[in-house]
Amino acid sequence: MKNELKMTISADIANDSFVRSSVAAFCLPLDPTLDGIEDIKTVVSEAFTNSVVHGYDNDKSKKVDLYVCLEGCQLEIIVEDRGCGIADVDKAMQPFFTTKPEQERSGMGFTLMSTFMDGIKVTSEVGKGTRVCMTKKIVEAKHA
Amino acid sequence: MQVKFAEYADATVVRLDGELDEHTAAQVRQAVDMAIDMCRQKTFVFDFSSLSFMDSTGIGILLGRYKKLKAKGIVPKIYAPNRQVDKILQMAGIYAIIKKTS
Repeated sequence: MKNELKMTISADIANDSFVRSSVAAFCLPLDPTLDGIEDIKTVVSEAFTNSVVHGYDNDKSKKVDLYVCLEGCQLEIIVEDRGCGIADVDKAMQPFFTTKPEQERSGMGFTLMSTFMDGIKVTSEVGKGTRVCMTKKIVEAKHA
Repeated sequence: MQVKFAEYADATVVRLDGELDEHTAAQVRQAVDMAIDMCRQKTFVFDFSSLSFMDSTGIGILLGRYKKLKAKGIVPKIYAPNRQVDKILQMAGIYAIIKKTS
């Protein structure tokens, strides 16, 4: 049985805390370990921040789409924007790469997402937007 | 997010209480920079004992503050990060330049 969550939310960075907490709360019935919950919050925060800051350049009138699906112990999270897109996804995913070094950005977002999740797929088109799809097998606390 | 300072004989301590993400970044950066400007001690401690969450935004902020402190000859230290914060600091290699203190 699939359990799904769909959310469309304004690209306002003030929503970051709500978005990551909501996704984490949605996964709670699976009884993941505390470590797992923290990882989920981190990757959602990274993906949402990317959409707001890079995709939309902080234009709060834009929207970010979130989709979360739990099937068995398999978790899928999709964060999607219709923003400026990424010209070179491979380059963007390299550790410490950032297009905004003057804003003290670490360039670690995609690295954290890749490390904390089992799989990550980024599809992007310049001028059209970016879609980040992440998957992870949730470890139940009682089995950890 | 609340940012509090304390001055001791040998160190300035800045305590972050809340969540450090893109939304709170500007406030934290401004408050910490003020503390760095006023710091007359040789050590500057980032007290993370009340920091409940941090994403990669925090890494950028720490690296920026590290540069400022180094330019003033002040040694930065990190105190009591929780497990989530510690994991991110480790992954980003922050402990190679800013040591943990107890």
